[in-house]
Amino acid sequence: MSSDPHQYVISGLGGEVFENTEVKVSHCYQCGKCSAGCPLSEEMDYPPSMIMRMLQTGNPELEEKVLRSFSIWVCLTCEMCYARCPMSIDIPKMMDFLREKAIEEKKANPKAKQIISFHKSFLDSVKYTGKMYEIGFYADYKTRTLKILDDMLLVPPMIKRGKLSIIPELIKDRSGIASIFRKTIKKNKT
Amino acid sequence: MTLGFYPGCSLKGSSREYAESVLAVVKAFNIQIQEIDDWNCCGATAAHSLNKELSLALPARVLSLAEKQGLKEIVVPCAACYARLSMTQHELLKNPELKTRIAEINNLEYNGTVSILNVIQMLDRYVTPNLESRVVKPFGHKVACYYGCYLVRPHEILNFDRVEEPLSMDTLMAKTGATPIDWAFKTECCGASLSISRTSSVGRLSGKIVGDASDRGAEAIIVACPMCQSNLDMRRKEINSYLGKRIDIPVLYITQAIGLAIGLDRKALGLQRHFVKVKV
Repeated sequence: MSSDPHQYVISGLGGEVFENTEVKVSHCYQCGKCSAGCPLSEEMDYPPSMIMRMLQTGNPELEEKVLRSFSIWVCLTCEMCYARCPMSIDIPKMMDFLREKAIEEKKANPKAKQIISFHKSFLDSVKYTGKMYEIGFYADYKTRTLKILDDMLLVPPMIKRGKLSIIPELIKDRSGIASIFRKTIKKNKT
Repeated sequence: MTLGFYPGCSLKGSSREYAESVLAVVKAFNIQIQEIDDWNCCGATAAHSLNKELSLALPARVLSLAEKQGLKEIVVPCAACYARLSMTQHELLKNPELKTRIAEINNLEYNGTVSILNVIQMLDRYVTPNLESRVVKPFGHKVACYYGCYLVRPHEILNFDRVEEPLSMDTLMAKTGATPIDWAFKTECCGASLSISRTSSVGRLSGKIVGDASDRGAEAIIVACPMCQSNLDMRRKEINSYLGKRIDIPVLYITQAIGLAIGLDRKALGLQRHFVKVKV
């Protein structure tokens, strides 16, 4: 940032976080407001403030634990941590980077399988129809996770209330959308 | 001037009553509105969780199409789409190199000339000035206005209302004759995208929200986001089982509540589509 006169030379994963997101893990002084406000922290293996501390140490073992953590996947990006951080550390932006890196390095936490399948099925729907086509998405997600019975009871009442379209509304410029996916996500096989 | 409309995917599917009620209110106030041609999904949480460039390219395509169509202002009723589009615009205008890269990926020029409104901003601009004189059936109920995450966060980019204890919806609802209540869960997350992949978390998070609204005497919860509405309404079974009691407070989009107050037909507002029966 041009307005910031400080040199930033942290190495390791914290340094990569900075290069990719401009987030400085060194700014965290462990007040814990992020972890207190995080609606998911009790389901995490490490709450957000601990992730910050682990990255500050520059210890490769702890960095590995961060990338393999469940925390980065159960984070909803609700943005509460960033809103309440007295140092304005953009933790959600950092989480996005850590998720992308964990997938690239095949280190995603096994407990996050369903969450990641949700994201992948969602994006497949967008890739093929340009939109989130709900029935197609459900079928894809169930194939990935084998959670065949979950939510099946919701389907008939949703159809009755006109909340599920049987026929997808396809985008006209499908080749344009396909090309966007080719140039972005396909190159790192996520 | 014609107002552009980006419905997003939910408003074409599981939350179509939100689109129905937005368009019904817009029509009642003679606002010219035009859907963006051939729009695509904004990518939502899935895109930004897995690939940064994709999460910028998808919203940028929508904004480029709006520019191409000559639109100066678009309304984005889905709070999640609103935040994704706004964050993309912010990132690209701040970083010219990234802007060029995304324009190349999309093969579409992007200038950042379109102004992005959430549903409350649209209502405040075009509906609020004449709202009170149009009310024929005051919405005489105690309401909990629930803002969720993406109407107000990240505040640095959206710069809308107050980040803690926002008031815009409360003020608007008071003009329909409602009594907005004071409560603690206005901007707590409902669980959003974990609805399908981790339903138990959503039962807990949404349960706390519905529980507090109920404890403080709300007769309806008013929302402006399809994810909030779906979780608080369609996941009521999980919410009730988390709370250990049955709560049947309905969850209305703000445009449905306004529609009722100005005397629009209940069916035109899509009230029959809810899971929790709307008795207000």
